[in-house]
Formats: sequence, C-alpha cells, structure tokens
Amino acid sequence: MSLHPTSEGTVARVVLITLSLAFLGFFVLLPLLAVFSEALAQGAGPFLDALHTPDAFAAIRLTLIIAAIAVPLNMVFGVAASWAITKFQFPGKALLITLIDLPFSVSPVVSGLIFVLLFGANGLFGAWLAEHDLKIIFAVPGIVLATVFITFPFVARELIPLMLEQGKDDEEAAISLGASGWQTFWHVTLPNIRWGLLYGVLLCNARAMGEFGAVSVVSGHIRGETNTMPLHVEILYNEYDFVGAFAVASLLALLALVTLVAKTVLEWRFGLHAGARH
Amino acid sequence: MSGPIKASARWRQPSVLPGFGLSFGFTLAWLTLIVLIPLATVFLKAAGMGWSEFIAVGFSPRALAAYRLSFGTAAVAGLVNAVFGLLVAWVLVRYAFPGKQVVSALVDLPFALPTAVAGIALTALYAPEGWIGQYLEPLGIKVAFTWVGITIALVFIGLPFVVRSVEPVLADLGREVEEAAATLGATRWQTFTRVIFPAIAPALLTGFALAFARGVGEYGSVIFISGNMPGRTEIAPLLIVTQLEQYAYAGATAIATVMMLASFAVLLLINLIQAASRRRMGV
Amino acid sequence: MIHLRGITKRFGQYPALHGIDLDVAPGEFIALLGPSGSGKTTLLRIIAGLEFQDAGTVQLGGEDVSTLPVAARNVGFVFQHYALFRHMTVAENVAFGLSVRRGKARVAKAVRQARAEELLGLVQLEGLGSRYPAQLSGGQRQRVALARALAIEPRLLLLDEPFGALDAKVRKDLRRWLRDLHKQMGLTSIFVTHDQEEALELADRVVVMNQGRIEQIGAPDAVYMNPETPFVSHFVGETNRIAGPAGEIHFRPHEIAIAADGAEALLVDNVFRKGAVWRVEGLLEGSRQFVELDLPSTLAAPRLGETIRFNPHRARIFNADGEQSKGDQS
Repeated sequence: MSLHPTSEGTVARVVLITLSLAFLGFFVLLPLLAVFSEALAQGAGPFLDALHTPDAFAAIRLTLIIAAIAVPLNMVFGVAASWAITKFQFPGKALLITLIDLPFSVSPVVSGLIFVLLFGANGLFGAWLAEHDLKIIFAVPGIVLATVFITFPFVARELIPLMLEQGKDDEEAAISLGASGWQTFWHVTLPNIRWGLLYGVLLCNARAMGEFGAVSVVSGHIRGETNTMPLHVEILYNEYDFVGAFAVASLLALLALVTLVAKTVLEWRFGLHAGARH
Repeated sequence: MSGPIKASARWRQPSVLPGFGLSFGFTLAWLTLIVLIPLATVFLKAAGMGWSEFIAVGFSPRALAAYRLSFGTAAVAGLVNAVFGLLVAWVLVRYAFPGKQVVSALVDLPFALPTAVAGIALTALYAPEGWIGQYLEPLGIKVAFTWVGITIALVFIGLPFVVRSVEPVLADLGREVEEAAATLGATRWQTFTRVIFPAIAPALLTGFALAFARGVGEYGSVIFISGNMPGRTEIAPLLIVTQLEQYAYAGATAIATVMMLASFAVLLLINLIQAASRRRMGV
Repeated sequence: MIHLRGITKRFGQYPALHGIDLDVAPGEFIALLGPSGSGKTTLLRIIAGLEFQDAGTVQLGGEDVSTLPVAARNVGFVFQHYALFRHMTVAENVAFGLSVRRGKARVAKAVRQARAEELLGLVQLEGLGSRYPAQLSGGQRQRVALARALAIEPRLLLLDEPFGALDAKVRKDLRRWLRDLHKQMGLTSIFVTHDQEEALELADRVVVMNQGRIEQIGAPDAVYMNPETPFVSHFVGETNRIAGPAGEIHFRPHEIAIAADGAEALLVDNVFRKGAVWRVEGLLEGSRQFVELDLPSTLAAPRLGETIRFNPHRARIFNADGEQSKGDQS
C-alpha cells in the first residue's frame, strides 16, 4: 500500500482532479483558445492584414506609451511606499496600506468617472482647463491618469510583504558600516528586492496594457488618437470585424501568456507569491 | 526630557535608517493626488446633489434593476467560485499530477488576460451560434445576452481570488491536524467538515468577498456577453457609462457612490473576518 | 499487548525500517530512542496506522491490525507540535474524538462535556475549557493534546517527541508529570525521543534504534551500563573511544581509576567544573587520542599541562564487526 492512510482513495483523487481540470478547461482554457482560433478563423493572411492597419498600429503605439509612463511611476511609488512602510514604525500604518489598496476595490468604470468629474468639460477643473486650452479627458493624459490609478497598488502590494519578511538588518548593517542612505538603497535593498520588484512590475504592466473599463470612460474612443489596444478590440468587434477584433485581442492574450510564464518562472525560481487581490 | 526632539521623531519610533521623510512624504503626496482627491470628488459631488435628487437618480427603477443584476450575478458567480475555487485549490495543494505548474499558471489567466479580450472570447463561445452556444440553443438554454452569460463572465473573472486566498491557508494547515483527527476516530468526511473546512472558512469567505466585489464592478468582460438591455441585462457599471454618455453626471455620480459604498462595506467585512479569525486562531 | 513482527518500510529508494520485531507488555512505558533518521517515528506511526508497513504485522491486544485504518485502531497519538484544532475551544478539542462517534457508539453531548471537564482536571487545566489553543502556553497545549488523546480511552498511547517543541524548564516539569500520570493510569505507552536523558528518566524499557534497526532493548540502567553495540555505547551517555589492540575500547568519563602506574596517560588541556565533578579534557600520551575524564571535585582541580595516569575500568571492547569481544577490565 503506497497510499497515505489519511489521504483520499485513488478514485476520489482522480475524480477531484478531473473535476477541477474540467472546470478550468471549460471556464479558463476554452476562452483563451477561442481568442486564437477566432483570430485565425480565416487563415494567417486576414489575421496579419487585420493587424497591418494604421489604426491598429496607432492603438499598439498608444498602449505602449501609456504603459511606459504609468508603470515607472507606480514602480517608483511602490518602492517609496514599501520603504516607508516596512523600514519604519509609525502609527496609522495599517490605514496607509488600506488606502494604497483602495483602487483594487473600485470599479474600473468608477475609476474613469472620477477623472471625468475632475477634468471633464463640466468637471471641477473643466472651465479652467478649457481656458488654458488644456485637454485631459478624451486625450492621452486622461488615459494615463486612469491607468495610473487602476494599477496604483500593484508594485507596493508585492514589495511590502517581501520587504517585511527580509527585515531591516541588512540596511542597518550597511549604515553601521558607513554607507549613505542612497548607497544602502542601491547596493543592499535593491538587489534584495529586484525579483519581487520585477514580479510587481510585470503584473502592473499586464494590467496597464489591458485595462478597459477605466480607459474606456476617459478616452473618447477617437480612432488613431485615443484608442488603446483593448478599446480598439471593442470598436472592431462592434463593427462586426471579428477577425480584426480577435487579431488584436490575440496580441493582448499573448501578452497575458508571457506575463504568466514570467510569473510562474519567478515564483518557481525565487519562491515569490502574489497576493490574492489583483 | 532632555534636549529638543523633533516632532517626527516622537510620532514615529526612531530608526537609524534614513529616507523616512522622503519616502513617506512622496507616498502620501502621490496617494493623495492620484487616489484620495479623485475618489473624494465623487463623494463631494454626491453630497452637493441633495438627498432627494440623490435618491431619485441613484435609486431609480433602472438603477435598482442594475444593482439587482450586478449584485445578484456577482453573488451567484462568487458562490460557484467558492465551490470550484476550493476544489481547484485543494487539488493544487494536495495532489501531484503531471502539468500541475501549467494548471496553476492557468488559474491566474483571468488576472492577466485583459477583460475586453475575455469578454469577446466568452461571447464567441456562448453566442447562439458559438462553440458552446450552438449546443445549448436547441435545448432552450440561452446563455449569451442573459444573466447566465454575465454570471459566466464573472466566474471567469473571480476564480483566481478564491483559489489564491484559500491555497496558502490550505497549504499551511499541515498534515498533522488531519492525522490527529484520524487517530481520534474521525472519518475522512468528518475530518473535512469539522477540521479542515472551519480552518479555511475565513480564507474562503475572504476569497468569495474579493470575487464578489470585483464582480460587482466588472465591466470589460461582461458588456459583450450581457446584451445590455436596460432593466434586464444592464449591469450597474454599464449604467454609469450610459449616463456619462448622455452627460447625466448626477446619475453617474449617484450610482458610482452607491457602488463604492457597497464595495467599501465588503472591504470592511473582509477586514473584520480576518481580524476575528486572527484573534481566535492566533494566525 | 503489542507484537510487531518483521516490520519493513521504504520511502522510495530510502529504507526506513528493516524487519523490526518488538513486544511490549501491558502497562509498559517504552521509549524509542535514536538519532533523526533512525526510523523511530516511522515505527510509531506504523503502530498508530498513520503509515502502512511494506511487510510485517502489527498486533494490538491479540488483534492483527496490520491493515486496519488509523481511525479504527483506537490508539491515542500525541504529536510533537500538538496538532490542536485551532478553531475549536480546548474543551471541544478534548471532546472531538467522542463527538465523531456515530450510530451505536454515539456519545451524548452532556457526557462528552463531562468527560472533557474530567480530563482537563486530570491534566491540570481545570477552567481553561473555553479558551482557544492560541491562548495557551506550549506546555498547556501539549497537555490539551494529551487529554484529547486520552478522551477516546485508547488501548495504547503513542507520543511523538512529546516535549520536543518545549523549552528546557517546561520540558523537565512536564516529564516528571507525565511519568506520574503513567503510573497513575497504567496505560501502555510508547514515546519517541532523541533525548537519551528523557528516555532513561521516563521509560520502563528503552528501545535504541539506528538506521532502521533496533540496536538494543533493555531497562534504562542496562542500556546505560551494558551497551551491546558500539552505537548504543556512543549514543547513550558520554563515551570515550580509543583504539586498543583488540579493537575499539569504550569507557565513560567516570569509568576510570587514577593510578600512578596507570596504563594510559592524559595530558591535561582543559579543566572545568561539571556539576559535582571536574571535567578534564586532553590528549593521550603516545596515541594522541582525545579523551574526557570526570574526577571527583573533592580533589584539587588538575592543572593545565599536568599528566594524569589512569586505568579504564568497566571498559567495553568492540572488534571491527562491532561485536563485544571482552567484558569488564576491572
């Protein structure tokens, strides 16, 4: 008998594994396969043609620009917030962590709405912005703001538990050996947290490039100007250009797959684990 | 007290590490600018509306129908995920099988896949002529453009919350308590219902609440499959968008306020659950 | 009471137990003593039914339980890390074994509560029934675990490193208390330990294990005084091992006689007080082997660099095969 006496029998085991694989296959894997299958429904030619349009290029370009702005901003914020929270003791820390997490519990649509209420034509600063000929809503700055808001907690959320676990002995040792604050950060802290940081940045980037609801509210859907890739998918889909919609969607799905592979490798290699709240 | 002590040194415990002022100041400033002020705007605007107007637009029949749909489908999807998420977490923690790494990565797909992509993919599957829909249609089962389709989208979105909440607690539970139960004469089922389940229940409830909160606010994966019929298949976030498109800012604000208060209530509930279980079980 | 025959167990390629035979009489208190990896915990878990042997039989009270699942063996088991159910109160933990009984064996709630109360009294935790395990100290938790195991009126009590997770002071108190409890209840008990002091202090008989085999079974005094194998001699108590013409000579630091014409000469390298004796360390002249001696502290402390001549008495000589070739030298 090789079975553990306090474990389920082989039959129960096989049933449970089969059930959960069936569930995952049905609800998770099948949609993923559908994306690629629909994109290639008419072969590789139409698939490539669909991607090879000025609008698609503009959407890809805008998505990359948005991520290139939003991700570094949140990376710097995440590191600063984790440094303050994990290396020092001060009252109100739990509240601060809760506030950083807030964007996770706000609907994406509401995340867009708040910036419309602030900077839209009828918004708090709408008149002032119009006076100075500045455009935030229905323009790139609004999309950046909404994306920064949506992805706000990602890096901090990964770094805080990691840095708490590592403690501050290393930093105190460096300081006691005469290193300056910046030297300590660059040569001691950063090497310690680099994989965790990368992990947070990956998740942050995936969300920044894929965000739909918040961006949809503030973008105005101007083709070639304020259309990100997910918005472009929506427009094509609503125009019944299914191959085009799924072709762009397949690029986003590929991004998701790359993120998952990188995430799995980091978890496997460095024992990192994401919190449940993304 | 001897000598002058800086106010900040009294407020926080002294440390030899530098950079508190810079990092804390930056954190607080950025948080205030990006998160707190924008969020406060909604409440400010809602407060300026007056009670009767707020009720009129925030709880109009159309809004009430949207809440019912959003909260109802999110609750059903949360329950489905509580059951199957627990099952998946159990299988991932307890059993070894080939391809486990891939399966584990697959669980995170809903986190990584852009919601709009999920939305059109699910619609492609469940539309009447879709991969799955074509087999359901003759049976009289309509999925796409009904609440069932919305629920399926929310099951997809919410699954990782439950699995990732339960997994670490289940892994941490250890074989010993189960062995202890067995030596005391408990059957496998009794061990599960009386020892394992109560121990992971707070985590399961947390996962359910997270999936529920996410489901209520979800937009991208739902709007393609939902059909968006006002009063029937119009979810609350879509109603906000519709109001915005009609420049009905008051309506959008009121509905957003109700939804935010609901999700903060859920957030508070999660924290209370976790605090209570920490107090009792010391973890 | 317990009869083990030919118990063999492998974990993959790793052999954990090689054909263990062991008999335990009713009411005995047995220690399984050995280093980690010696198979002692595996053996205990096989008796409990938490592990199944690859070959061999387990008999409990005349019944062959070799293939009986753990839940049906009615054996009390105490885990090193308590394994208390942390979402249940202390009283619920203790009553758990009774509460899972169904059908004819069902125990009424009032009876369960009374029994839990009674057992908490036995382990001196009266009034703590409504607490949660997290609110108790380590020693208290281990006593709850013991009460929980006793609640099912087991035919046998098994304890896996019961004091392993406790600090030294608590461990000592709990040890004495457990010995008294065993005397009072007379329940056949087996405990696993790697701490020889614990084994010698508590057990009626000690089973010394090494690399999946039993090296020696005997009363604590016999195991200490007459170790039958080099392993037991070395593992139980402190032992000097020096090379001799007939094999390896084993003698304990105190098993010596100082004599001006002693066969061995120790060059004193270090001296410190060890309780009631002087512990003297140094190298033997000639062979330069390291040896520790205990000298009565009624004598003046030996000086560093001094040479002490002595004869080992009661030494044991083991030949290259580990067999004892000659008895006492004295």
